[in-house]
Amino acid sequence: MNATAVGREAALGEAATNEPTAASPIPLGILVPGLPHPLLCPEGNEGWQRVRDGFAAARERIAASGADLLVVYSTMWPSILGHQLQANPEPEWTHVDDDFHYLGSIPYKFRIDAEFAELAVAKARVRGLHARTVAYHGFPIDTGAVVALKLLNPDNELPATIVSSNIYANRTETTVLGKALRDAVEEQGRKAVAVVVSTLSNRLVTEPMEPADDHIHSLKDDEWNRKFLEYLEKGRLEDLSQLSRQFHDEARVPKVVAFKPFWWWAAFMGQANLYSGTVHAYEPVWGTGSAVVSLEPAGESTGDLEYDEDDPEFYSGDREVLDLHDAPSMGALPESDGD
Amino acid sequence: MAKGEIVMGALAPHPPHLVYAENPPQNEPVSEGGWEELRWGYERLRRSLVGKEFDVIIVHTPHWQTYVGTHFLGVPHFKSLSVDPIFPNLFRYSYDLTVDVELSRAIHDNAAKAGLHVQMMENPDFRIDYGTITSCHLVRPEWDIPIVCISSNRSRNYFSVEVMQANMVKLGKATREAIEASGKRALLLSSNSLSHRHFTEEPEVPEDMSQEHITNHHQYLWDMKMIELMRTGKTREMVDIMPDFTEQTVAETDAGSLTWLMAALDFPEYPGEMHAYGTVIGTGNAIIGWDPASA
Ligand SMILES: [Fe+2]
Repeated sequence: MNATAVGREAALGEAATNEPTAASPIPLGILVPGLPHPLLCPEGNEGWQRVRDGFAAARERIAASGADLLVVYSTMWPSILGHQLQANPEPEWTHVDDDFHYLGSIPYKFRIDAEFAELAVAKARVRGLHARTVAYHGFPIDTGAVVALKLLNPDNELPATIVSSNIYANRTETTVLGKALRDAVEEQGRKAVAVVVSTLSNRLVTEPMEPADDHIHSLKDDEWNRKFLEYLEKGRLEDLSQLSRQFHDEARVPKVVAFKPFWWWAAFMGQANLYSGTVHAYEPVWGTGSAVVSLEPAGESTGDLEYDEDDPEFYSGDREVLDLHDAPSMGALPESDGD
Repeated sequence: MAKGEIVMGALAPHPPHLVYAENPPQNEPVSEGGWEELRWGYERLRRSLVGKEFDVIIVHTPHWQTYVGTHFLGVPHFKSLSVDPIFPNLFRYSYDLTVDVELSRAIHDNAAKAGLHVQMMENPDFRIDYGTITSCHLVRPEWDIPIVCISSNRSRNYFSVEVMQANMVKLGKATREAIEASGKRALLLSSNSLSHRHFTEEPEVPEDMSQEHITNHHQYLWDMKMIELMRTGKTREMVDIMPDFTEQTVAETDAGSLTWLMAALDFPEYPGEMHAYGTVIGTGNAIIGWDPASA
């Protein structure tokens, strides 16, 4: 289902103004891992404690940023019917992880900005996406989002919303989603923190293990993680976005079609390498590459720009043939607008 | 003690739409019906169980996904609300169920002996997945029989469908042996769809049946191929081609449930009783029962 031509023009008209500056509506981005160990048992392993300390450092950045909203994109919340945004004003539950239930229960009560979520859905629709809010008592908020909000926003200082990761979405759709959320931030005149919940390498240790023996699953995963962290420290967010497909092939267990968080992150914060980055922690959590990183708009770029992929503003792809859609041999689609 | 036995094994898929369409008092959303072919199929499956006595329902579920081993419910009673994360508009179900922890642990111990990584889930706050609830509700809406619930280990993601299947064959055998040693009579459920490519849009009225069809012909052909093998007792062949089927149709057999069921039944050479085939938001779903007494 395509949005109207009017809607599309409106979307395109607002495009290409999202260079990150000091006055950016997204003054801060935070990458955090989603496994529950740093929240529930940081004492189990010195590395888990360092990740926990990394969350605390990120929390200080949030406090200093002047932000009034947290937008959390969780790779641990899969959706099928387009993109879902949490809009229950006060979701309250006791969460238990599917795998790590023995670490304990996580009671939570969050403060969600339902009005922002509704506006973001409207903006996503204007850009051709399917999106909807979810606001149901007992909706299962994923472990990653719960951990992130508990550790980054423990007293609900800031209102938040949580964005799902569509299992069929690829780069175009994810990029457009990031831009749609930015549209909403700009329209409300907000200052938002972009919180990405994702590990780098995601390969868990799948055998029983003593906490003290935790390690990145393989040297190769570790090397790819460190390469990504090097780029993050230099603030080269768009370069990482462009490297996502390779990272997916090299360092990710293919649970989903693509490694999407950096696409979303770059589109939401501004597709550039104009950031300054700080790695607050990088440790194994049950084999995964778990990093806490913050990114802030910087005055000048520290990396060369070398973008290979296009920059879609509007989504009109046929979700039934996503991969074919990108293949040059398929030729132009009848309505090949945007991508 | 008499030797325990499997009184029936069934492919019992869990689209929450089917519970939604039935409007049971436990589910909050209200529907105008829909997906009758599949719901009537579940009626036929329930009818085929009349006269069979069973002490426990053992369900292998794709929606309790574990990466570190295979997990088993280890708390005797659960009562809470299950909200489907994909279709929360259709499924918000208040459940109240009991678990046969003794048998659960026996299967766990047997699986460990077979070399699988296993774990008991003993956190009373744990929420039962919607796949388990849907399949169990549709097979036994009275909820008067304790269950054993087995998680889906995602070895398919880490290795391949073949590795996953090899593990599920071990798990199925471990399950059968534990049942036999327990003296109990068990109904086994494989809680999964066949082809599993969804539409990414929902009709305004979710139960608008003018919108329902298989996502594509290719998936339909594959589903029919698998069903034909199950109907004609060629279950080993069916399991042999399952890696291709799973890859080609993004099938929910990636969870291992159906392979586990076939192994627990020792790869039936008698026909599965076909109760229904139908689609739900584009995915292919079959309800099939295997009655060892008909062997
Ligand atoms: Fe499912």
